[in-house]
Amino acid sequence: MTLQLQEVSKTFGSFTAVDHLSLEIPEKQIFGFLGANGAGKTTTFRMILGLIDQSNGTITWNNGQIGYEQSHLIGYLPEERGLYPKLKVQEQLVYLAKLRGMEKADSIKEIDYWLERFKVPEYKHKKVEELSKGNQQKIQFISAVLHKPKLLILDEPFSGLDPVNVEMLKDAVIELKERGTSIVFSSHRMEHVEELCENLCIMHKGKPVVHGGLKEIKRSFGKKNIRIVADFDTSYLEGIQGVTKYKKLMEGCQLQIETEEVSQEVFENLHGKGFVRTFDIEEPTLNDIFIEKVGASYE
Amino acid sequence: MNKFFTILRHTYANRVKSKSFIITSIITIALILVVSNIQTIIETFSGDDQEIILVKSEQEQWTDRISQILSSNEDLLIEPYEGTIEEAKSEVEEGNYQSVVALEEGEDELPQATYYANQIANTSTSEVVRQAVQQLKVSEATERAEVEANVLQQITAPVNFKLVALEEKAKSEEELNQTRGIVYIMLFFMYISVLMYGNMIATEVATEKSSRVMEILISSVSPVSQMFAKISGIALLGITQFSIFVLVGYVSLSQSERMSDGSVLETFGLTNIDPTTIAFAAVFFILGYLLYATLAATLGSLVSRLEDAQQLMVPMTLLVVAAFMIAVFGLSAPDAPFVTVSSYFPFFTPLIMFLRVGMLEIAVWEIALSIAIMVVSIGLLGYIGAKIYRGGVLMYGKSSSLKDIKAALQLSKRES
Repeated sequence: MTLQLQEVSKTFGSFTAVDHLSLEIPEKQIFGFLGANGAGKTTTFRMILGLIDQSNGTITWNNGQIGYEQSHLIGYLPEERGLYPKLKVQEQLVYLAKLRGMEKADSIKEIDYWLERFKVPEYKHKKVEELSKGNQQKIQFISAVLHKPKLLILDEPFSGLDPVNVEMLKDAVIELKERGTSIVFSSHRMEHVEELCENLCIMHKGKPVVHGGLKEIKRSFGKKNIRIVADFDTSYLEGIQGVTKYKKLMEGCQLQIETEEVSQEVFENLHGKGFVRTFDIEEPTLNDIFIEKVGASYE
Repeated sequence: MNKFFTILRHTYANRVKSKSFIITSIITIALILVVSNIQTIIETFSGDDQEIILVKSEQEQWTDRISQILSSNEDLLIEPYEGTIEEAKSEVEEGNYQSVVALEEGEDELPQATYYANQIANTSTSEVVRQAVQQLKVSEATERAEVEANVLQQITAPVNFKLVALEEKAKSEEELNQTRGIVYIMLFFMYISVLMYGNMIATEVATEKSSRVMEILISSVSPVSQMFAKISGIALLGITQFSIFVLVGYVSLSQSERMSDGSVLETFGLTNIDPTTIAFAAVFFILGYLLYATLAATLGSLVSRLEDAQQLMVPMTLLVVAAFMIAVFGLSAPDAPFVTVSSYFPFFTPLIMFLRVGMLEIAVWEIALSIAIMVVSIGLLGYIGAKIYRGGVLMYGKSSSLKDIKAALQLSKRES
């Protein structure tokens, strides 16, 4: 039950929101969608869910396009948060689960589990409008996962949450993956994607700029970072051939180098100049890749 | 289908429990009780205060005749007055008496009168007095011409005038009166339910949209079943509410009828109705409701804020008002070509075609055609509505205009 997108495009009038997107999203994994605002993430999700039709291309999951007959297998957390403000938490969740084909008795059991897990069991009989925004978001997350979907689509699940709640939600996402749920989520926070996803896709202006496994993407990016902490001024390192970026840090500096081999030359240049406390070759972060790829497309 | 009923039940249960529903129902029930017992209420408040009228007359027998004519009216007491007219007026001003009638001889020696009271806004008493003086004048004049009493009676008795329709199937006068009653009631129900429940549907949709819960909903259930589940849920709510009202009204009316002589049901021609008329009323009412409800749901899905919903409902309200006006006009001229033409316009059909069916003898094909037009319009509006609904609910913006309809349609269009 991989989710496959082939040459999917969506145009609104003369504006192209998604441009020839081809993706394969493996099952029982977490797939990350990265992109700046307006990159086409939400539009892609809406097309996957069948809320809007693609202008071109095909989307297949479970032998066909996702339709209403499969809605009990799908969980969706829209980017625009929204619940019935006047309804109580339990009433609301039971109703929404029922619309996804879950019986009331089953859903109440699950509601108890999730409220407990998010440490908010006391909100069960409170009206949604009385809850804080972060807690409303937890309730909405519960509404997306309550009916144990096979495919879970989370549009910016962590935005607007404090770090404690982000951790809580991340743990829940990982737990769901371990239970066998395929999860697709979008974010513009690189570290979340880096932490959770095996596979990812970086979108820019509707086009996929990078797509594949996290490790392969980092490896094929080629460039690495070196972090140096030394007792002397290291700014002369910028002049070495192969060093593409030099950034002064609070303590020491960070260099970006074209290939791993350049690190040896940098190392040679440090030799004998003074006391070097740290010399660390690091994998590039997704942020580096994102800025590089997206920045490059601006030119 | 299961989800359809889930939404239906949810819509219905939420609305029935809502404060606004309970308050509106209580207020309406109170109103019904007041209106149906208006006679009793008026009597309780007016009590048995008798109005005393002074009569100052140049001729004594006129005073006698006036008191004789007015003697049947228990609320009025006639007293002859001996003093001058100025004295009489000051008596009224002081509040000892309610009014003074000064009877005098006119140029032709027939009686004429002036009525003095502190306030003349309330014409109910002065009108009674005027009629009495009129009667006095007629009898004076005829007496002088030596017309006998029975001749006078013959002259004043109303003429016997009957309306007979020659076409065998045409409605008799009695039937027409009945139909008028039902058309009035139908007009009222249609008007109220379109305004009240139409608004409710639009608000319901707009609330889901403005609270943004809509995106979860349309990813679970198709917009078409959502829309029609809502429409049915509100319809059920309407049935509940109207059943309560009709029941309260009926019980209250039959209660008050036991105390008074005139039957309200009879005046409306509701005692003895042709069952086919009722059947037509039901059919047109349901079709009319569906048509307007679909329109309301479509309009509701176009706005992103609750406040804008009211604004978009205006054109719909105008349609109902127009239908209402034509129907009122049509009651006295049901065969006017204008009425005939408008009875085929789907938004007018439920009221106007029903009026024609009730008042005229109409070929079956005409009725069938109008029903077919309505069914097709409902289908069409439902189809377009569902499309707009699907696109509209994903569209958030400031305005609410025709441009939005186009944009909403485009958003839901399958282009490949």
